[in-house]
Amino acid sequence: MSTPLPADDPSAKIAIKAESLTKIYGAGNTEVVAMRDASMTVMAGEVVALLGPSGSGKSTFLTAVGLINPPTSGKIYIANQLIMDGPKALTNLRSFRRKHLGFVFQKSNLIPFLKAGENVQIACELNGLSSRQARIRALELLDYLGIKDRSQSYPSMLSGGQQQRVAVARALANRPSVILADEPTAALDSFRGRQVMELFTKVAHEQGTSVIVVTHDHRSLDVFDTLYEMEDGKLTQKAKEPLAVAH
Amino acid sequence: MNLAIKDISYNIGRFVLTAVGIGMLLMVVMGMGGIYRGVVEDATLLIDRLDADLWVVQRSTRGPFAEISRVPAKLSDRALAVPGVRVAREFVYHTIQRQDGDRVLRMAVLGLSWPTDKGDWIPLVEGRPLGQSRFELIADQTLKLPLGKQIEIGNEVYQVVGISRGMISSAGDGIAFLSSADALAVQLDVPGEAVRLERAARESRGRLFDVGIQQPALLENATRQSGQLPAIARPSISAVLVTLEHPSDAKAVAEVIGGWTDVTVYTADEQRNLLLKGSVEKVRSQIGLFRILLTIIATIIMALILYTLTLDKLHSIALLKLIGASNSVLLGLILQQALILGASGFAIAYVVGQQIFPKFPRRVIITSEDLIQLAAIVFVISIASSGLGVWKAMVVSPNEALA
Repeated sequence: MSTPLPADDPSAKIAIKAESLTKIYGAGNTEVVAMRDASMTVMAGEVVALLGPSGSGKSTFLTAVGLINPPTSGKIYIANQLIMDGPKALTNLRSFRRKHLGFVFQKSNLIPFLKAGENVQIACELNGLSSRQARIRALELLDYLGIKDRSQSYPSMLSGGQQQRVAVARALANRPSVILADEPTAALDSFRGRQVMELFTKVAHEQGTSVIVVTHDHRSLDVFDTLYEMEDGKLTQKAKEPLAVAH
Repeated sequence: MNLAIKDISYNIGRFVLTAVGIGMLLMVVMGMGGIYRGVVEDATLLIDRLDADLWVVQRSTRGPFAEISRVPAKLSDRALAVPGVRVAREFVYHTIQRQDGDRVLRMAVLGLSWPTDKGDWIPLVEGRPLGQSRFELIADQTLKLPLGKQIEIGNEVYQVVGISRGMISSAGDGIAFLSSADALAVQLDVPGEAVRLERAARESRGRLFDVGIQQPALLENATRQSGQLPAIARPSISAVLVTLEHPSDAKAVAEVIGGWTDVTVYTADEQRNLLLKGSVEKVRSQIGLFRILLTIIATIIMALILYTLTLDKLHSIALLKLIGASNSVLLGLILQQALILGASGFAIAYVVGQQIFPKFPRRVIITSEDLIQLAAIVFVISIASSGLGVWKAMVVSPNEALA
């Protein structure tokens, strides 16, 4: 059973809270500390960027809070519930992921044998909607993200940007508390990359869903509410720089 | 949403090719079963069609289908005299191979006991039963002898007056039905010089036998046809078929005839069992073992195919796990595909088999019982062969989706 956050905790609107997460691979001479004492609190509707060079531990952090790769120590709260206490899961992680988390990846990661609409529909069905309800919800989401007209296309027939929109729609299918995105714009040009980032902001601000985006793309940092940086497994909050004004 | 059908629809070309491959394999499994049925059916066909209550054969032999059986032609008269016997027919049966134009004509010759048996029981597709005691024959359609054809066998010419269907010997040769006199003439056909030598030998043998010494008149007739010299000629027919007034009297009549020292009596069931355990048993075992091997091979191939199909989808499976799909969803995806593949293969095997099996040189009989049995086997091997794929799907980490 997962444990709720204390009732008098002022962080009632906290979407996700990571406390002192550490991840160690191997042991003895082969021990590698991929993440050390990383903490992050993300409020509902907040859009967070996680920056850092390759190998700094960003993906390790993301997979830990995504309940895919358990931390060696530390605690993870999602939707006011303690889910991970160290490596120990306090609930059925797959079921919890299905209900509370959405994922968007570097490549769109759509199921190739399902059409765009069906890729979203399957996520709705997995969350208990009937086939008809799921189809309606999928079309609503695709409409919301501006690609309803491509619902009958297979992923291979969509552009990179369109695929990412479908992936975002799928991530929203379960009305998640948090969307975790791992370099979602890496395969896109700067224009389409920015469109996707703005999409996350729109979703977060309109639907109250928190978004954590791992990114290398410094051109779109202005869309984020909060910036974090990871280096050598250590996570630090970074001040937002003011936008340069062109004269 | 049915993920299995979605995947199949998307990769329809690959699925069709795979299903055809499995279908061909299952068709061979199905065909082996059909060949076995055909062998058994062909072997017992004559016994069933002749519909005799008792088979009277040479003493201590297993009857004309298992080994050579020789009984005197007049044995039928003796049998007919036994109370309770309604009909006693001569049974002459042997296989010959002759040249018919450019082709080799191999046929089983069966003698009908004229005039008691004119072949009215033979299923004809064309023509009529025998209408005279000599020089007519009814040929099975597998012999490809047209109605009205005159065919020379030995020193005589026979006319095809009827074409039968499905009358095959246990060796798979078409049967030609002649009167027993003609069948004997074909069997005992020897060159003129051999006849002269046999007559001389006959006189010589007769001088040594008591009967020849006591009845010199017999030796004077030694130059006559063999069939007219029962006392000194060799027994000539294969068996006598007895039909009883009341089939329930079989045991009593068999005891009476079985008491004769020169014959052994079998019921039709005993004759059928002797045939199956003798000439057909090894073929049956061979085909059965081959069928088991083919089934194992089909299972392995299906397992490999399903495993490969699962590997192709591994990323999608990891992704489904990541977004929270339960194991039952993934299990359903793989199992349903396995079952659809098995069912499609089975349907292809049946449809293609129905077109191809009739063209086989020997009969391939697919019974409903065999079809149900094979369907059950396909069901089991579909599930068993998906085990490897299911295992792979179960162990894949959602992390794979991020790779």
